[in-house]
Amino acid sequence: MSESHLELSGVDIEFPTPKGPFKALDDINLRVDRGEFVSLIGHSGCGKSTVMNIVAGLHQATRGGVILDGREVDQPGPERAVVFQNHSLLPWLTVYQNVELAVKRVFRKTKNRREMREWIDHNLALVQMEHAAHKRPDEISGGMKQRVGIARALAMQPKVLLMDEPFGALDALTRAHLQDSLMDIQADLDNTVIMITHDVDEAVLLSDRIVMMTNGPAATVGEILSIDLPRPRDRLALADDPAYNHYRHEVLTFLYEKQKKVESAPATARPETNQTPPAAPEPARAATGEAGRKARETTA
Amino acid sequence: MNLSLKTPGAIAPVVNLVRGENRREQVDILFRTFGLPLIGLVVFLMIWAGAAAKIETSLGQFPGPAQVWHQAEALYASHVAERDKAEAFYERQEQRIAERLADDPDYEPRIHDYPGKPTFFDQIITSLITVLSGFLIASVIAIPVGIVIGLSNKLYSAFNPIIQILKPVSPLAWLPLVTIVVSAVYVTDEPMFDKSFLVSMITVVLCSLWPTMINTAVGVNTVSSDLLNVSKVLRLGWVTHVIKIVLPSSIPMIFTGLRLSLGIAWMVLIAAEMLAQSPGLGKFVWDEFQNGSSDSLARIMVAVLAIGFIGFLLDRGMLALQRVVSWDKSAVLR
Ligand SMILES: Nc1ncnc2c1ncn2[C@@H]1O[C@H](COP(=O)(O)OP(=O)(O)OP(=O)(O)O)[C@@H](O)[C@H]1O
Ligand SMILES: [Mg+2]
Repeated sequence: MSESHLELSGVDIEFPTPKGPFKALDDINLRVDRGEFVSLIGHSGCGKSTVMNIVAGLHQATRGGVILDGREVDQPGPERAVVFQNHSLLPWLTVYQNVELAVKRVFRKTKNRREMREWIDHNLALVQMEHAAHKRPDEISGGMKQRVGIARALAMQPKVLLMDEPFGALDALTRAHLQDSLMDIQADLDNTVIMITHDVDEAVLLSDRIVMMTNGPAATVGEILSIDLPRPRDRLALADDPAYNHYRHEVLTFLYEKQKKVESAPATARPETNQTPPAAPEPARAATGEAGRKARETTA
Repeated sequence: MNLSLKTPGAIAPVVNLVRGENRREQVDILFRTFGLPLIGLVVFLMIWAGAAAKIETSLGQFPGPAQVWHQAEALYASHVAERDKAEAFYERQEQRIAERLADDPDYEPRIHDYPGKPTFFDQIITSLITVLSGFLIASVIAIPVGIVIGLSNKLYSAFNPIIQILKPVSPLAWLPLVTIVVSAVYVTDEPMFDKSFLVSMITVVLCSLWPTMINTAVGVNTVSSDLLNVSKVLRLGWVTHVIKIVLPSSIPMIFTGLRLSLGIAWMVLIAAEMLAQSPGLGKFVWDEFQNGSSDSLARIMVAVLAIGFIGFLLDRGMLALQRVVSWDKSAVLR
């Protein structure tokens, strides 16, 4: 059995609540290779952020654990950089200073001042934010903040980059733009990435593998889908690509049939998806895609 | 180009008016910032004058605005006169010393302090020095303690009840204890501070510690968990964590506490000075009360207005300091 880069084995977590322990995750197993881009997808509240927080070391698993390059993860650390859902930039520091805080922390022994400055500028350039280096977070747009959050994480040169719905709060155009930037950066740096998303297109476009989670409580890994699409990937070309649409359909089927969210959202919100027969031929698949797109928006 | 942005708030409408920008609106702003407060003041003075005329006391009629103004002028005049006398006193003394030194080079001169009574303005200065030193000491204790308590939920639970119990204690209850303890502990041959100064200052410290401490602790305790996660992922050291994350995000709460504390400090001081007979505005009020001359009421009124005005200025001072220190220049501070 070869040793993998990042391995989650038998991870359970129980949160203590006033009404007794709440089991959020049950027996999560996942192996991630170096340089792999993995997406976690699942309905809201199923426990995606919790999985990520365990990998980040911000939560402790009740049972099982996480091993990164042969060492058990038991506390947070900059080698597992996190891009938070709401950017989490320090509002009293400029863009530059926000990245600097991370760079100073990680490279204080290995880089001198000039090298640090160059490294910060380099990372801001990666996300095309050099022009706003001296602005404060409240002076830049949401998409720009998210980019700075990514630059801050990349600047830590992490072994694993963890991203919790990094583009969730952005409009579709900005999101597409940032997805493209992320693919470019990823092609250069070849980081190991775990990204949480609830956007099916985003998952298929960016990932090497998509991990689909079952609904909570006691959520676990439902299915894992390998995306064998050649890189670089072009969103326009892929839109008509049968393989791409096939992958999309797989994910949508998992989310809206196998793991249909029962208690939330009235049934009228996504009538077609619920009634689509599983073995539908080609034309029906396209229809499912459209309906799924609408349904996806309702889960956000 | 955009000059109006750079001119300070109150002057901006005037500048804009002169430049003929948006006349109606500027006049409106001017009316609101200067006109309305002025009307309020006039109404207040009229009510005061009307009410004063109806109150007959053992010391004569209650003073209206005019008498009080008159007494304020008198207090200022006596202050100036006293200063002149003091100057003359020191001049004469120097002259005498110079003469004696000419006669006898071995003579070691001793400078005597001017023995005159402190004036109203001297008392104001004394009170200000006392309140500011007390407030400074209280803040230097309260902010670090608040940070340490706020950072740990356990410490917070442990100390919060004590703070809550000590917070509402009246200065008048502390004062006897402080007086006795200071007399017992502070025994030196060459005292650097007056005992009375120490007593009022320590009382101020004891009463103005708590709002700053509680607000700092709450501010520190409620730093957003996202920012705490950033700090954890970066594995920031304790000092960096406090300086870069905790302090900036609790600045508004700390200042709310500081302003409450300074207000309390000023109120407490006046009471302490009255009761302890230590120099300051409180003693001035008490002396006038004991004095019971026909001018006393008007003088006390002058002191009352001065106390209020100084309290207001102190608060504005803190606000200005907050503006300088705060990172969020866009926040509306009032
Ligand atoms: N600290 C906690 N204490 C108690 N319960 C928690 C805690 N954190 C998460 N949970 C519960 O665990 C479950 C999973 O939460 P989590 O935040 O991981 O969901 P998610 O999949 O990230 O959802 P979303 O897509 O909305 O972000 C939820 O039911 C949540 O209520
Ligand atoms: Mg989440």
